Amino acid sequence: MTDPVLEIVGLSKTFGGVTALDALSMSVRRGEIVGLIGPNGSGKTTSFNAVTGIFPPSDGTVRFDGTDITGLSPQKVYAAGIARTFQRSRLCLPLSIFDNIMVGNHGRLSKGLWFNLVRRRAFRREFERCHAQTRALVGTFSASLADRMFEPVGALPMIERRRIEICRALISQPKLLLLDEPSAGMTHDETTQLMDDILDVRQRLEGLSIIIIEHEMGVIERITDHCVVLNYGRKICEGTFAHIAADPEVQQAYLGAE
Amino acid sequence: MSRAPLTATPTTWLGLPPLAVGVLFVVLASTYAWLFLHAESEPEVLVLLAVAAVAAVIGGRTGADRALSSAMTRHSGAMNGVIVLSVVAVIFLLGTEHFPLLMLTTVLLYVTAALGLNIQFGYTGMVNFAGAAFFGIGAYTAAVMTAHTSIPPLLILVLGGVMSALIGFILVIPVVRTRGHYSAVVTIAFAVLFKTFLEVNDILGGPQGLMVGSMTILGWDFNNSPVLFGIELSFYVNYALLGATLAVVAFMFTRRLERSWLGLTLDSVRLDETASACFGIGVTRAKVLAFTIGNVMTGIAGTLYGMMVSFVAPTSFTFADSLLLVAIVLLGGMGSPWGTALAAFIVIVLPEKLQIIQEYRFLLFSVLVIAMLLFRPDGLLPRKVRDYVPGWRADT
Repeated sequence: MTDPVLEIVGLSKTFGGVTALDALSMSVRRGEIVGLIGPNGSGKTTSFNAVTGIFPPSDGTVRFDGTDITGLSPQKVYAAGIARTFQRSRLCLPLSIFDNIMVGNHGRLSKGLWFNLVRRRAFRREFERCHAQTRALVGTFSASLADRMFEPVGALPMIERRRIEICRALISQPKLLLLDEPSAGMTHDETTQLMDDILDVRQRLEGLSIIIIEHEMGVIERITDHCVVLNYGRKICEGTFAHIAADPEVQQAYLGAE
Repeated sequence: MSRAPLTATPTTWLGLPPLAVGVLFVVLASTYAWLFLHAESEPEVLVLLAVAAVAAVIGGRTGADRALSSAMTRHSGAMNGVIVLSVVAVIFLLGTEHFPLLMLTTVLLYVTAALGLNIQFGYTGMVNFAGAAFFGIGAYTAAVMTAHTSIPPLLILVLGGVMSALIGFILVIPVVRTRGHYSAVVTIAFAVLFKTFLEVNDILGGPQGLMVGSMTILGWDFNNSPVLFGIELSFYVNYALLGATLAVVAFMFTRRLERSWLGLTLDSVRLDETASACFGIGVTRAKVLAFTIGNVMTGIAGTLYGMMVSFVAPTSFTFADSLLLVAIVLLGGMGSPWGTALAAFIVIVLPEKLQIIQEYRFLLFSVLVIAMLLFRPDGLLPRKVRDYVPGWRADT
């Protein structure tokens, strides 16, 4: 339980002259929920993007589950076992709930032309298996959603979309889940419900580690094991929520200096 | 996209079960197509158009469309059989008439080509404004190969598609690296380049073009008129039957592609490349696959077209013709194969029937496409949510 699943050392990202992320080092242990917080523009999403290969980091290393994944393509990072959600929900709105979740299952689907076009019986079996799995996963979040698998996502309210996004990330059974502001655009009650869901998922998926970017301090306090605070791309504090909340530098970053 | 309600009770229309509604519709639609292809005077055509408009409104109001889509999902096998039979029936009913058969075959070949474009554009989101160029590559392949080699014409049909895909690879790198408008501009440049290249190339006949040999299968030359029950039919019946076969194969291919994980991959690439990459989807690979498949289909259609009209010239494959193909996809509804078929019929046949449209057809189709995008952006027959296995329902 104590070995780190993700180890980031000196991770930096510069865009021209702007340093978006400055020598970030942090680690996540197996089964842990880590909060990544900081004011707007402090480099939280940048760190997710650098880890998942959306752009290569300028400096530093990322080790995941014992292997070096620094600068790998998003496809390889996903194959290694890291799945994520996006700050601005990136679901395919005209596609059905099932379709969207299957995008997340891409690594385990049979993609050969022959299989898909000609071996329709085998395809049907695989489809039925995937459908049962997806239904079971969605059912743990919301039973009513599980009955609407073939409805377009665009017609659903925000909380359901977030749930589907999380299901899309979880269907591939990743070892690490990166949640980028899951509560954005939701009401207080909806956020509470969604956090219940996330805690529930962690209960059932033994060994799943989560990094969550969040602005709602109540959420951070409730669900994280420890937190990393960023400001202007640099880590300014790390520890339990109680520890960071008491830290003067964190208070200054959030509330401004006197 | 609208959703396909898959209810437990079958949708009936006027008390008829879905299959009966489906068969009735196919019979009426093919009779209509036959009458339309047959119609000679403009008043006749206008009356037929009015009938179609009234029928569409009444059908929509009374729920016939829902019963029809229910028939298509519940009895897909039977419906497909009936549709194929009715196309064959229309071909034989037209039997001796050259011009309507030429039009029908052109429609069938344009359906094949537009379905290829639909895979590129409707599913994967790669706008290809060089459709007519790839169609032309097929036709020119037919011209060169029938004149200079003794390769069996049926094999040339396949080679036309291969050739189109190979030349398409020149475009792959710029098209895959760029997105949206930029990628469209690359294909526009190619379309213009292609026509200019043909015009200055003496080996390929320059502006005068080339003669194309006819299709031959198992010693049967397609330029011979088949005789059925003592009646000598038009030689176009040969081409119409082969054209229908191509269209049916292209249709089945497109349908199966859409109803598979590959179709999902292509949709995902169209809708969000970054998210796709984060879930392991090889965006470049998907685009190359879609672009190549589309070009093969367009090229094969062009090859048979060249053999049928027995003459190719650069003026048949202009940028304007490419626009016509794109218009078919947009008008029918992106990603909707039935929409593509309907739109191809409208776009090809209507100008031939109404001379006033023929003169202004590019203007009218441009206006039509703009109007569609404004008022009915999903096309005439909007695509439905993916239905992996037709008629399948979760047993819970």
